[in-house]
Amino acid sequence: MIVSIASGKGGTGKTTIATNLAISLERDVQLMDCDVEEPNAHLFIYPEIEKSLAVSVLVPKVDLKKCNFCKKCMDICQFNAITVVKSNVLTFPLLCHSCDGCRIVCPEQAIDMTEREIGMIDMGRKDHMVFLNGRLNIGEAMAPPLIRSVKTHIRKDMPVIIDAPPGTSCPVIAAMKDTDFVLLVTEPTPFGLHDLKLAVSAIKILDIPCGLVINRSDIGDDKVRAFADQEGVPILMEIPFDRRIAESYAIGEPFVNRMPEWKSKFVQLYKDIETKVNGREKKGA
Amino acid sequence: MVKELVVISGKGGTGKTTLMAALSALSNDKIMCDADVDAADLHLIMNPAIISTHDFQGGRIAVSKKELCTECGYCRELCKWHAIRDDFTIDEIACEGCGVCAYLCPEKAIDFPLKTCGQWFESDTRFGPMIHASLGVAEENSGKLVAQVRKEAKRIAEVKGFDLIITDGPPGVGCPVIASMSGATAILIVSEPTVSGIHDMGRVLELCRHFQIPAMVCINKFDLNETMSSKIEEKAKVMNAPVVGKIPFDSDFTKAMVKGQTLFEYNQASKTSRGIEMLWQHIRERLETSRGKQNIIFKEIIK
Repeated sequence: MIVSIASGKGGTGKTTIATNLAISLERDVQLMDCDVEEPNAHLFIYPEIEKSLAVSVLVPKVDLKKCNFCKKCMDICQFNAITVVKSNVLTFPLLCHSCDGCRIVCPEQAIDMTEREIGMIDMGRKDHMVFLNGRLNIGEAMAPPLIRSVKTHIRKDMPVIIDAPPGTSCPVIAAMKDTDFVLLVTEPTPFGLHDLKLAVSAIKILDIPCGLVINRSDIGDDKVRAFADQEGVPILMEIPFDRRIAESYAIGEPFVNRMPEWKSKFVQLYKDIETKVNGREKKGA
Repeated sequence: MVKELVVISGKGGTGKTTLMAALSALSNDKIMCDADVDAADLHLIMNPAIISTHDFQGGRIAVSKKELCTECGYCRELCKWHAIRDDFTIDEIACEGCGVCAYLCPEKAIDFPLKTCGQWFESDTRFGPMIHASLGVAEENSGKLVAQVRKEAKRIAEVKGFDLIITDGPPGVGCPVIASMSGATAILIVSEPTVSGIHDMGRVLELCRHFQIPAMVCINKFDLNETMSSKIEEKAKVMNAPVVGKIPFDSDFTKAMVKGQTLFEYNQASKTSRGIEMLWQHIRERLETSRGKQNIIFKEIIK
């Protein structure tokens, strides 16, 4: 089973839930940090990184000797990543989406695709956890190809927990897509609620079952609970504000280590998710 | 010359929008711009009265025309996003909008219309004009929409003779963040004293350096962990970014947010409010110095 952990709003506790859940399971589990712009899970897990792989995308390289400056490449490119100026062709690799269109339409076969590194995948282990994270190189714009690349390493023989990026646009969609369940983490504040609504609509479009963790559940107001009720999103866990949790988070310590009574709650959370996913599969069949 | 201060954080939830709203209450003759189009929250405090709404067409999308399709399968071979299903309909979520299928379909059986993927708004608030947007859920092109709202904010600032834009930026370091900082006068990074806060501040500081934009740092909730706060100060120093303010943890922020207020409206007399006034003074000073230089250049140009 693949569970992605998402939120809409940033800073609600996605990484806290992902890391504490993975630790609490105490069995083989794959923890995958797909928040490639700002990966943080490693700051709590301290994995021993066994290898790091560079991830590249393909971008065009133009052979000016073959080019007849017909501008077909420029016409097909929707991202302004290739421009013909008099007798020169400029490419803008940061804008390129690697669709391969320019290469295919070039009548002179003057375009080759070359690899350009956009980030790294770190792979390692910690206790029972198989750890992976994606790290987007600074200055790179495109997170989704790296997220998709991290996800090619998903293992089928153990539970997979994916820490997704915040927001509701392409990077989050790339992280949540093809997962069995989305666990949403929010806080009961107006910002938390507003961004939760956006996240729930995104998940509806993807047609993935979801549930909610309310973090710092005793701050703010009750509107998040009312919204969850109204939308039929089950509240699977509530974590009250606790200075010890905040202190653990600040220094990079998973709070279940300091407060082991929470481990069984996380195990139960996982079981609840499993029941929901299995129930849905049965209903589908 | 219009100055633009862009507030970012790398990590989400450090208090970027809340602080930006508070800063907005302290300044006149400015425009607010919410460039966190993916999960825009500033309007929840500013309660804007929308003056005009504009569709945002950030790109195109492939739409198959069943009646012309011969199911030759060439489009499926071409599509890098696996967006063309077995029945030759198109998965809108997976479609990247590259147009390769539409361009190369031998039967011209794929349309490629412009797609409305969000809206942007020009509004009035109790603290002055505001430009904001909402990107459709699960849409692409947030970077383009960010560029659009910033362009509009600049235009209106020029028309109304305002000298400052305060922009609420998105989290992360990728496409929308890069779009929110290019050409800015200065960046304010809101960090928090946690391992994640420090790590992510480091990455956005590198990004500022990469694009050569002056950055300054504000430590929010600094008293939650003073050891970590010192580490932030050290790291900021190493990376040549001045720490322009340290704001304490204060549950008034959440209480004000629940009421749809800035901190100053909720509790003007508090120590935190004083801290934010100091922060704003330091930011202003830094913006002034850069204005001085650019004003000279600007005067040269208008001569």
